[in-house]
Amino acid sequence: MGAKESMDFQVVVLAGGFSKTLVPLVSKEVPKALLPVANRPVLSYVLELLEQNDLKNAIVVVEGESAALLISSWISSTFVDRLDVEVTAVPEDVGTAGALRAIDHRLTAKDILIVSGDLVSEIPPGAVAAAHRRHDAVVTAMLCSVPVSGPSDSGSSGAKDKAKKAGRYNIVGLDPTKQFLLHIAAGAEVDKDIRVQKSILRAVGQMEIRADLMDAHMYAFKRSVLQDVLNQKETFQSLRREVLPYLVRTQLRSELLLNGAQSEENGNGKDALQNSKILLSQLLANASTPSFHEIYALGPAGSAPTLRKTHKCCVYIANKSKYCARLNSIQAFSDINRDVTGDANHLSGYTFSAQNNIIHPSAVVGSKTTVGPQCMLGEGSQMGDKCSVKKSVIGRHCRIGSNVKIANSVVLNHVTIGDGCSIQGSIICSNVQLQERAVLKDCQVGAGFVVTAGSEHKGESLAKKEKQ
Amino acid sequence: MDPRRVSRTVSDPKVRHVGFFAPPAPPERSQSGPPDPTSSSPPVSGISPPGNSLSPVMIPPPRQPSTDLVRHYPHAPLLSPLGDPRAAESSVAVGSYNPSDFLSPSATTDCSDDPLSPRLSRMGSSGKFAMSLPSDEFDMPVAKQKDDVTLPPNVSDGGANMEVQKEKRAAGGKPLKEKTTKAERRAIQEAQRAAKAAAKGEYLMLIFHLEIFSSLQKDIVFLWQYDPVYLSLVLELIECSRPCHGLHSIPLQPYFHCLKSVFLTGNTTNSETVQLANCFLDVLIDVYLILCEHQDCEGSKASAAAATRVNPTNTGKPGKADAQKKDNSTVTASEKKGGDRQPDKDRKKDTPHPRMQFDDENRVEKAKKRSVVKQTEARNRVELFRHLPQYEHGTRLPELESKFFKLDSVHPAVYKVGLQFLAGEISGGNARCIAMLQAFQESIKDYSTPPEKALFRDLTTKINSYVSFLIECRPLSISMGNAIRFLKTRIAKLPLNLSESEAKANLISDIERFINEKIIIADKVIVKHAVTKIRDGDVLLTYASSSAVEMILVQAHELGKQFRVVIVDSRPKLEGQRLLRRLVGKGICCTYTHINAVSYVMHEATKVFLGASSVLSNGTVYSRVGTACVSMVAHQFRVPVLICCEAYKFHERVQLDSICFNELGDPDAVSRDYTRKEINSLDGWANSENLQRLNLIYDATPSDYVSMIITDYGMVPPTSVPVIVREYRRDQLWL
Repeated sequence: MGAKESMDFQVVVLAGGFSKTLVPLVSKEVPKALLPVANRPVLSYVLELLEQNDLKNAIVVVEGESAALLISSWISSTFVDRLDVEVTAVPEDVGTAGALRAIDHRLTAKDILIVSGDLVSEIPPGAVAAAHRRHDAVVTAMLCSVPVSGPSDSGSSGAKDKAKKAGRYNIVGLDPTKQFLLHIAAGAEVDKDIRVQKSILRAVGQMEIRADLMDAHMYAFKRSVLQDVLNQKETFQSLRREVLPYLVRTQLRSELLLNGAQSEENGNGKDALQNSKILLSQLLANASTPSFHEIYALGPAGSAPTLRKTHKCCVYIANKSKYCARLNSIQAFSDINRDVTGDANHLSGYTFSAQNNIIHPSAVVGSKTTVGPQCMLGEGSQMGDKCSVKKSVIGRHCRIGSNVKIANSVVLNHVTIGDGCSIQGSIICSNVQLQERAVLKDCQVGAGFVVTAGSEHKGESLAKKEKQ
Repeated sequence: MDPRRVSRTVSDPKVRHVGFFAPPAPPERSQSGPPDPTSSSPPVSGISPPGNSLSPVMIPPPRQPSTDLVRHYPHAPLLSPLGDPRAAESSVAVGSYNPSDFLSPSATTDCSDDPLSPRLSRMGSSGKFAMSLPSDEFDMPVAKQKDDVTLPPNVSDGGANMEVQKEKRAAGGKPLKEKTTKAERRAIQEAQRAAKAAAKGEYLMLIFHLEIFSSLQKDIVFLWQYDPVYLSLVLELIECSRPCHGLHSIPLQPYFHCLKSVFLTGNTTNSETVQLANCFLDVLIDVYLILCEHQDCEGSKASAAAATRVNPTNTGKPGKADAQKKDNSTVTASEKKGGDRQPDKDRKKDTPHPRMQFDDENRVEKAKKRSVVKQTEARNRVELFRHLPQYEHGTRLPELESKFFKLDSVHPAVYKVGLQFLAGEISGGNARCIAMLQAFQESIKDYSTPPEKALFRDLTTKINSYVSFLIECRPLSISMGNAIRFLKTRIAKLPLNLSESEAKANLISDIERFINEKIIIADKVIVKHAVTKIRDGDVLLTYASSSAVEMILVQAHELGKQFRVVIVDSRPKLEGQRLLRRLVGKGICCTYTHINAVSYVMHEATKVFLGASSVLSNGTVYSRVGTACVSMVAHQFRVPVLICCEAYKFHERVQLDSICFNELGDPDAVSRDYTRKEINSLDGWANSENLQRLNLIYDATPSDYVSMIITDYGMVPPTSVPVIVREYRRDQLWL
């Protein structure tokens, strides 16, 4: 309440809960939004992006009460005085659309900006909002190019296989000006063929179909429309899979009541006044470059008896040079960690040393230990002698023995690694204990797990529950 | 419409009769050129225009006849010679409507070949005569005063003196810069004769610097900073304007020489020099005050004074003025100025700001710091158009978009409109104006006065910030400027006793009314007039896309008239295609061609209907680039050219070319054809040093090529535009 909107926009951050796809990374203690990326929760990237863009108010929607508690306590400790964030818990498994339904009464601004809490990006949300406003669109989605997936130079085939397997294609249809969304089919739905609506194709004349774009899950919705759709279509669960495609599908036969231009006209009974209003709107319409929606609405040769109802679905295609990724898979987790300490290190908010790495002053590094570029060593961590760390992130208060090799990995907080371990392309969650000479390759180790001495694992997901 | 109309020879717009006159012929008569002064009845002064003389040009009498146009007319600086009742009395006065006052040097050279020149030379020679007289002679009448002045004033009583002078300056000082009177123009001419480069500029500089000097408050230290060369320039200018200003009574030279030597030696501690400099400043202040005095005399004194001024050997008048001044009847003088204060202020407020010249690096730098939208200046700009803003087009939209949430000062509605302007999604004078006004309406609706601030003041600053934002998105059109001026006056004139909500409702309904009356209804009236000019069998040619022309064509079609339309279009905007689409959709028979073929297609045309972005007070039509070409071809083919333009788009500015004020579009648009990608011979050439691309948006059509202007006040010849501007301005914008 009392959230003062800037530019008549309200921001909703969908932070998710304990995502199933990210098991074993998420646990009861670490919901998805708090997964560390370069040693700070992924949600902080979104919130800081908002802060940078002077969006001081946001509603963070979290699935599950316990996750909400964790997140709100983290936010209030970190962003106190900086952002005015409301954390709202919604029941689990209601989906993104359900989450919005639950906070329906809180939405008051003209437009709603919906951002996924797992977005790591530097694209100003203003760009999406501006494109949305400029076209007076019903929805504007941000698309970005699909990030390079998998460790590019590690040569670990397992990860690549995984990436291939997960390989979802987002089929996106755009108009020639690349401003309007004509078709969207996300991930799983695309099996063999795609069906494109004839009416849309006919109206536009030309459709560009792209598979190299990813839905970044940053949307600007017109509030009235969003609420309409959510109320009318009660079965819709997901914004991305259901609401957005529905709006795109129906853009030329809109069933939406677009904000009451009609009702206003009816209100003014006077004929002359209405007449001049029509004249006015006509004048304005004639002066603006018509999109295919308007041309279609007028019918062939502008002689349609009644104006056909249309609405616009826009896209904002982010510049390729800007970093944009979503933490929605285990692979993405390690990718993003790699990128934020590597190519996109300006996002991390840290200043890198001359060796292009960050070693916290309180970290202790033994003799003959090398920490390579694009690495990060968290606060209070200790490393023994003759270790080598390459392209990895090591969290806080880890104790790492001697002769340990860590490459392309993410090690979270309070991890104990015994002497002679070798870790490659793996993710080691908090409080894990790696006993001596453990060898891990492309593994995920769940929180609190103990890897026994001398064991070798390759491409496995090790978690407490399953093992014990 | 007489197709066999007489082709005009060079008819100079500058000496055309303006005002209400009763030409013997019906309106069509006006197409045959400016009315002959001998045949037309003498122009009636603007004070009481008789209604019966108006019918030919269909100008009804103004609703609120103003008693004194000079005083109340807000744009005295530009049009005072026209508005002045004296102006109508003699050709001399009309001629004083001299473009050199406010235009480029090219305009001053124009003077030499227009009918004005004999008079100019007469004045010039008299000036020379005056100059050739020994200046000592002029000093005589006020020699007594000289002593007063030259005495170094006592500190204590000098302070009191300063008080009075300051007060006077406050009253009369400011308008000096804007208003140039006849006598001053004379001074300019004399200065020219004295081989000073740009007379007017320097003269204004003189006044400006005198103002500075007089505001120095005898702060000598500050004076040291002035370059002696510069001071000598000021002095020379004073010398030049002496004869007609009564300045001859003031000996400056001795002071100056002393000062100069002091400046050069840099000896500033000497108390003598300080005294000397004090005196010098006093003298300068006196000069300044005399100029102010003249200003006022100019305003109040009638044409009788003109005669005396023409003859500078008659020292009586300046002497008198001088004496009056020197007698230190300062109290009366200040009173007098106090009386003039209000109109002066008005004048100052309404004088258009000097436009930003984008070839002035310092100012561009400053403006950049202020600007909201970060813009990169284009590199290769065409020499002649460097003073216009030109940015790298690709970079601006993303830049502005990414700042969406960072611009707290801009209202969302205004922001949206700005984005649309920048993206080129709204174009056309009317549409842009309406979109802007509606955005302002929205912003006023959401406005609430911050505590301890006055609504009218705070809202004005708000609107100002919106306007500057919109300018950064795209330069405003003249019509938008007019609309903004209207809105600001409405805000300023809000009754103080209104509550905030009442005031807001008031303003919103005012804007609504403006849109309705000045655009929508005006268009309807234009359509009503213009439709009478369309006959069966006509072939109407139009260029690009004008909302007014479109309405006319549609209306004529609905009335069942049989006609054909030729739409001439041009790259890169191809606006005509949209018009074509709509017209064909309505069942009108159309021909579509590009401007390259205009000379061929003009054969068929019987009338040319064109829209305009603005019509300026010399009858020049400022419109989409290409309009001039079309109307010139039409003129050559003896096809009447009818310009459809709402009166709110008229502007009192005078423009002779399309260079001074224009807008530059995206140069990529001209060098690339997006429809045919295989033509890419200029790709990558944009950065070549030897290539300068130019995409002009507007051009100016001289009034000679315009047969008639159809406006909401009826069908008028281009010569009547200043009349409408003059008579209806207040009415127009509810000033």
